[in-house]
This record gives sequence, C-alpha cells and structure tokens, in this order.
Amino acid sequence: MELVKKLCDTYGPSGREDNIRKIIKSNIQKYCKKIEVDRLGNLIAHVHPKGAGKAKRGNGDKIMFCAHMDEIGLIVTHIDKNGFLRFTNVGGIFPERILFERVIFENGTIGVIGVETKRETPKPAHLDNMFIDIGAKNKEEAQTMVRIGDIVAFYQQAVNINKRLSAKALDDRIGCYCLIETMKKIKANKDDLYFVFSVQEEVGLRGARVGAYAIAPKYAIAVDVTITGDIPESPKMDVSLGKGVAIKVKDSAFIGNPFINDKLVSYARKMKIPYQLEILERGTTDAAIIQIVKEGALSGVLSIPTRYVHSTNEVCDFRDVEATIKLLSCICEKGLG
Amino acid sequence: MLIRYNFLMLKELSELIGVSGGERKVREFIRYTIQNDVSEIIEDPYGNLIVRKGKETTPKIMLAAHMDEVGVIIIGIEDKGLLRFKAIGMSSRVLLAKRILIGKNGIPGVIGHKPVHHTKKEEMEKLPEIKDLFIDIGVGSKEEAKKLIQIGDYGTFDTKFREYNDIIFGKAFDDRIGCYMLIQLIKHTDLPIYCAFTVQEETGLRTARIVAYRISPQVAIAVDTTASGEWPIEKDIPRYPEIGKGCVITITDRSIICDKKLVSLLEETAKKHNIPYQFKRPMIGGTDAGPIHITREGIRTAVIQTPARYIHSPLSIASKKDIEAGIKLLTVSIQKILKEEALWS
Repeated sequence: MELVKKLCDTYGPSGREDNIRKIIKSNIQKYCKKIEVDRLGNLIAHVHPKGAGKAKRGNGDKIMFCAHMDEIGLIVTHIDKNGFLRFTNVGGIFPERILFERVIFENGTIGVIGVETKRETPKPAHLDNMFIDIGAKNKEEAQTMVRIGDIVAFYQQAVNINKRLSAKALDDRIGCYCLIETMKKIKANKDDLYFVFSVQEEVGLRGARVGAYAIAPKYAIAVDVTITGDIPESPKMDVSLGKGVAIKVKDSAFIGNPFINDKLVSYARKMKIPYQLEILERGTTDAAIIQIVKEGALSGVLSIPTRYVHSTNEVCDFRDVEATIKLLSCICEKGLG
Repeated sequence: MLIRYNFLMLKELSELIGVSGGERKVREFIRYTIQNDVSEIIEDPYGNLIVRKGKETTPKIMLAAHMDEVGVIIIGIEDKGLLRFKAIGMSSRVLLAKRILIGKNGIPGVIGHKPVHHTKKEEMEKLPEIKDLFIDIGVGSKEEAKKLIQIGDYGTFDTKFREYNDIIFGKAFDDRIGCYMLIQLIKHTDLPIYCAFTVQEETGLRTARIVAYRISPQVAIAVDTTASGEWPIEKDIPRYPEIGKGCVITITDRSIICDKKLVSLLEETAKKHNIPYQFKRPMIGGTDAGPIHITREGIRTAVIQTPARYIHSPLSIASKKDIEAGIKLLTVSIQKILKEEALWS
C-alpha cells in the first residue's frame, strides 16, 4: 500500500523516469540476480529459473513482463515577461482535465495551471491558452527556478476512497506495482523471466521496443490500465472496477494472441481469480510493439480497470490489483508453453 | 572565432531537384564531392548514401542528414496538357502561382488555379485544395505534354540561391544545409565518423531506421533544419529559435526525447567554446533522430539544427553564422565523445 502510493506520487513523466527507476530498483534487487538499465533508461530485471522442477538454467522459455514507468506530463516552451510559463503536452493530455491543477518540476518547483480569461478564449480552452503560474514576479525570477524544456508532472497525493485508490499516474505505476509484488511472490519458475519497467510509453511505446529487441522473448505480457464502462453515461464497455483483472482481447493496435489468452483464462478459472475480457476501442499498450519486434513474441495484456485515465485523479480497485498479481504469479510459476 | 566557409557548394546542393523518392541527383553530387575523402562508401537498396571517414573506432558515431526535399509528384495529365499533382510535405497555401521545374530535364511550369475573375466571393475566402490546382507547362494538348512529362515525375520549386552578407536565400535548405554541414566535416576535419545521407525523410522518417540498423552506432546525431519562430505576433508566447542567433539544440520534439547526457554535453561544449546556440521549441516536428534512437537495443541520440524561415515552401532564409556554429559544435562535441567513455557507454 505504501509502495503503490509512493510510486504514484513520485515525479516521473516520459523521458524523466529516474526517480521511479530508483524506487523500483531498491524494491526488487533482493528478488533477482541481474538488474540492468539500458541506453534509453528501461530497467530490466532477469529472474533465472529456480525452485522445484526447474529446467536446466537458460533452457526454459524467455517470458517478458512489461509495465511502463512514465506518466503523462507537460513541457515548458516559453517564459513570458511576467514570469508565466507557456507549455505543451508530453503524451496524451486532455486540456479540459488539467485546468487549475498543481504541477511539480523535477527540481521540486511547484506551479498552478491557469488559463486566459478573455471572452474570445475558446471553450474548452486549448493548451495554447493556458499557462503555468510558479509564483515568480517576473521573467528573471522565473528563470532562476525553471528552464525551457523542463518537463513537469502533476502534483497529487494518492488517497484511499473506500476500497479503492485515487491517484495520479496509476497509468502505469499500478502496473509497475503488480510486477514488483509478483517478483516478491515467485517461489519456483522454470522459465527465464524478464521484468521490464519501460520508459517513454506515453510518447509512442519507445522504451518497450528496444527492451524487447534486447531480450527477444518468446512470450510477452504487458501490464497496464484500461478504461471502464461503469460510470454514468459512459460509452458502452464491458469492463468494470472490482470485477477482476481484464484480459485484453483487442485494442486499437493489438490483438491478444488467442493461444495466450486461452492460457490466461484457463489459469484464472483454475485458480478462481476473478477476470473479465476487455475490448478497448481507443488506445494501446507496450504489447502492440513488443509483439512485432525481431521475429515477434506471442503476447498478451493484463489490464487493471481504471476510471478517469489520463487525469490527475485516476481510480482503481485493490481487488483487481490482487487478481492481477495472482494471475501474474501463476504465469511465472507455470509458464505459457 | 568560427571558421568561415565557402557557400558555393550549398548553392549547388540547394538548386538540385531531389524530392522524396527521387534523390538520385543529390546522391550523385554528394558521392562525387566526397569520394576521395572517405574510407568506405555504401549505397543501400533504398538509396541512402552511407560513408565512413577514417578508421573504425569505438564508439561508432553516426551523423545523419536527409537528401530529400519537399515538392510535387505528377499524378495525371488532363486533355489540354495541364498536369495534376500531389504535394509532398506542403499545403496549397505555399503553392499558388509558383514556378516549378519537373522531371530529370527540369521542364519549367507554373502552378495554376482559376483566376480571380472566375472565382465566387465565398470561394475567395477559402484556401483552394491541391486537387483544384494544376501545373501548366505551356503546351496545348495531352499528346504534347506526354512527350515532356511522365506520370510519377517529381517537381520542385524554380528558386535560385542568393546571398546577402551572412543571410542566404534558397529552396531545399531542409535539409541540404544538413548535407552541406556533413560534407564540411568530411572535408575539413579528421574525425572518424559515419555520415548517413538519407532518403524519404519528408514522407515520414522512412529510411533512417535501416541505416541505423546497418551501422549500429553507439551515438547518433541528426543534423537538420528547424522552422524559426520570429514572425510578428502581439502575444507574449514562444517566438524562437531565430536566425542568426546560433545553432539549435533539441531537448525534445514529437519524435524523440533526446539523450540527457548528450544534450548537456552539447550545451556545455557550446558555452565553453563560445559557440552561439539556442534551444529548439519543444515538441515541434520530428527528424531522423526519432527512428534512429529506437533502433536495435537503443542508440544515444541528439539533434543539431539550423534555424530557417519559411521551410517547406519555395524559399527559405537562413544565416551562414548558424551553419558555421553548428559545424563547430559538432566538431568539438564529437572530439569529446571520442575521448570520454562515460558519454556513450
């Protein structure tokens, strides 16, 4: 619980994932022999075969698990003469969802998002009509605090709402959390397991591609969030909070491998893990690129149902998180072959 | 002090026709110009020209500039000999009534549109679509046109290079300036580098990926141009980079978040050697650096650009000083990368 909140609250927009990488590294080093950071910044942990019934080292299948460390953010493009900052998006930002939110810089500077208030300002406001107010009295003071090209994250504290968690960046720190907890639980595995905490997913699945190239896995499972159809007047979608881990059938750039999905469903049934099948009409995950790197990997996606994705208050349910971790542990111990 | 260069070669480069997919003349020019200065020349199946200068070293450093420019491609010939076309990398707003040179013989033509006398009032307020424009090569019939033009011929603007003190005017600065900078590095330094002159950048960064795959460098730098931002507006919003204010270092654009170590190296090097530099507007455009940095297991990649006004139009304006600053920054930064393993490992 403390870990998931810390992961969500920490600064880590695309390309600036260092703080997240540090937290993850310190939480997993006990559970694997080899941890590497590649040139783009992906954290790759290799768990060798171990325990009862293990195959000879290195002879099992390579399975890659992937969750992305980065979150959506904003980037400073201009400091005006009064010390206000103009900005644009890093990843998929919905302008109407960020007004008057607080943001934080890598150096700890905090700001508030404001908007032009002329009658001509378009409604809903475009990012071009917004600015960040860091409390500077003029350009000179602002320049001592921040620079053009600085990337900001939203500033938000994770809280429980009933049995659910409300936080920024559940997309995809909740996926990172699931992988960390899974690593802690593995008792025996016959396969070579690679846990990849990827960078720059939100700007175009960039980290996962090079991670998959380096590993060349036979199987891959991405763990990410998916939207739900269970809020008032939402588009119809058969995924709800609290009804279990979502096994992805399809999204806009990916079709779950049927062989893998059958396997996932059969594990879930056997272990009595609540699951639901997901068809996402817009959006995708790292699996979309991993499945077509080199000779291709048989790929699946486990999604944590999440409301208000790409806002500063995403909401997910702990029971779904537990179901995801259970199913992941089952895959680690039994493999996908 | 920056070294002053002779810009005659840039004049020749900029006046060549080399629209995406039809870069042959540019490739031949570059190949001929540098063949005695390099140790290895590769022309890959797509037409990328890759050269190695000096000995093979670790790290491998690859510079990339694209040979192709924006332009038009002929897609049909009408009864009266007027040509239908598609634009590559441009909107109709820069095409109206411009002079064009088409095909390998450079047949002159004009981009036509129905004249104001025949245009209704409500039409006047809209931008015409490219399908409503045509190219007129001054012939009277389809048969006559067919003798001069084939479907699939490329055309580019009939723009002559000019200079006025430090300011240069011309077409195709995006990215013949980059090609020019790489050629200067090949001719006037002894840096052991790979230089890739790529094709089909303007149609979607299509071939830098296979070049990077082939060379598999530890460090890559894309050398390109970027739109300057100094047109007059009243609002206090971004209006940079500006021509004449130095070479441009990219932090991010839509295709890449540049390697942090390389970005700070470039900035520190520029400061130390008094090389004028400025930052690129974040998240605008994309370059060959995008596909390059996610090739294989990932490649540390940066971008150095020359600011130019009105790129992707018949005429761009740039400053010699910015080009010279870019060449200097590349030279001293590469020397540093070759010496310090921590920068590329």
